[in-house]
Amino acid sequence: MPSSIELRNVEVDGRLRGISLRIDAGASVAFVGRSGAGKTTSLRLINGLVTPTRGEVLIDEVPLARTDLVALRRRSGYIIQGSGLFPHRSVFDNVATVPRLLGWEETRIKDAAGEVMSRIGMPLERFGARFPRSLSGGEQQRVGIARAMVAGPSILLCDEPFGALDPIVRRELQETFRALRSDATIVFVTHDLAEAMRVADRVVLFDDGRIATDTASADFPKQTLPLVRQFVAAASLPS
Amino acid sequence: MTADIIRITGEHMLIVAIAVGVAIVLGIPLGIYCTRNPRAGRVALRVIDAIQTIPSLALFGFLIPVPFIGGIGMRTAIVALILYSLLPIVRNTFVGIQGVDPIVRDAGVALGLTSRQLLFDVELPLAMPSIVAGIRIATVIGIGVATIAAAVGGGGLGTFIFRGVAMVDTRLILAGALPAAALALIADVVLSAVERRVIKG
Repeated sequence: MPSSIELRNVEVDGRLRGISLRIDAGASVAFVGRSGAGKTTSLRLINGLVTPTRGEVLIDEVPLARTDLVALRRRSGYIIQGSGLFPHRSVFDNVATVPRLLGWEETRIKDAAGEVMSRIGMPLERFGARFPRSLSGGEQQRVGIARAMVAGPSILLCDEPFGALDPIVRRELQETFRALRSDATIVFVTHDLAEAMRVADRVVLFDDGRIATDTASADFPKQTLPLVRQFVAAASLPS
Repeated sequence: MTADIIRITGEHMLIVAIAVGVAIVLGIPLGIYCTRNPRAGRVALRVIDAIQTIPSLALFGFLIPVPFIGGIGMRTAIVALILYSLLPIVRNTFVGIQGVDPIVRDAGVALGLTSRQLLFDVELPLAMPSIVAGIRIATVIGIGVATIAAAVGGGGLGTFIFRGVAMVDTRLILAGALPAAALALIADVVLSAVERRVIKG
């Protein structure tokens, strides 16, 4: 069951200066903007990795301050740049992390891991027993994606998830994400506008700790704001 | 004579084992505490750092008049060795945990690990090579310092060395010095092997 997300007038010292944003359950939103504009901080507010200095964050209408953060995180996938795989654990054990925390039976974990691994194009039989350091950067990134998706999260938070991937795999995974849209609310941080528009229904542009524009993906290139023009020009979108 | 050497070598190992054992039990939690409370941690590290710089014979000297833990005998030796062994263990636990890739720690928190799970399932396993290195250093230093413990009646292989020096008896000196050197080398080799194993782990 996807969750709704709301940021109400959120400020974070030195990084966010009043962000208000509502994301409906099952929506997919891309956060774009230059480095340091506040995209990642906003993303990390959603699973409580960053605490607001003012304002509040609500998941399914419940303020985070009154939410069990550990339980929330276990039903939120979080995909980060650089994957963050546990180097001392095999690929399978990495992918099994959340299901084990949730107390699933080992056969169910195997099935779910097998399914998610085949979805990212890395069959469990071939890769399950390997350790992260024996994988390429792109493969590690994909295992990180599998680890975040294996337990069917209701929120999927992604911070530049496709950074280390070659264009073909990148495209495939973007399609995987599109297919996933009905199952989870997706928030997606990226520098790549074309990717944002492909994966998300809605694009939020951050600038200097504020939201500059917030539109449906298809309408984004029509905005007249100078920063939008810059982004569109730099992205060389297919016309 | 041979029987004496074996007995005293055993005594020497026992002193070091007790001291390093206690230092592990105290030092690893203290190292963890230092990572959780950086300010208090810095003070704690500074204090045990200072203890470490006190020359060993002087430290034995300081401990002799202290009631309950001091005096002449093996107890004083063990207390001094514990103090010496603490630093490498606390420091390496601290450094090992601090050295865990922040992205890995971040991922652990974001996946819903509790802080206890993060510590036992991620941070400590990844810090283990560093912690084992600390134990190795503590053990090797301990074997060396324990030879001086004989000066305060602490027993161990130093007994032969001090007696040999007093009696100008080279064989007696070597009866203490050779096993002490061998112990230190063996401990170093064995614990280095353990260290490599936990890295592979």
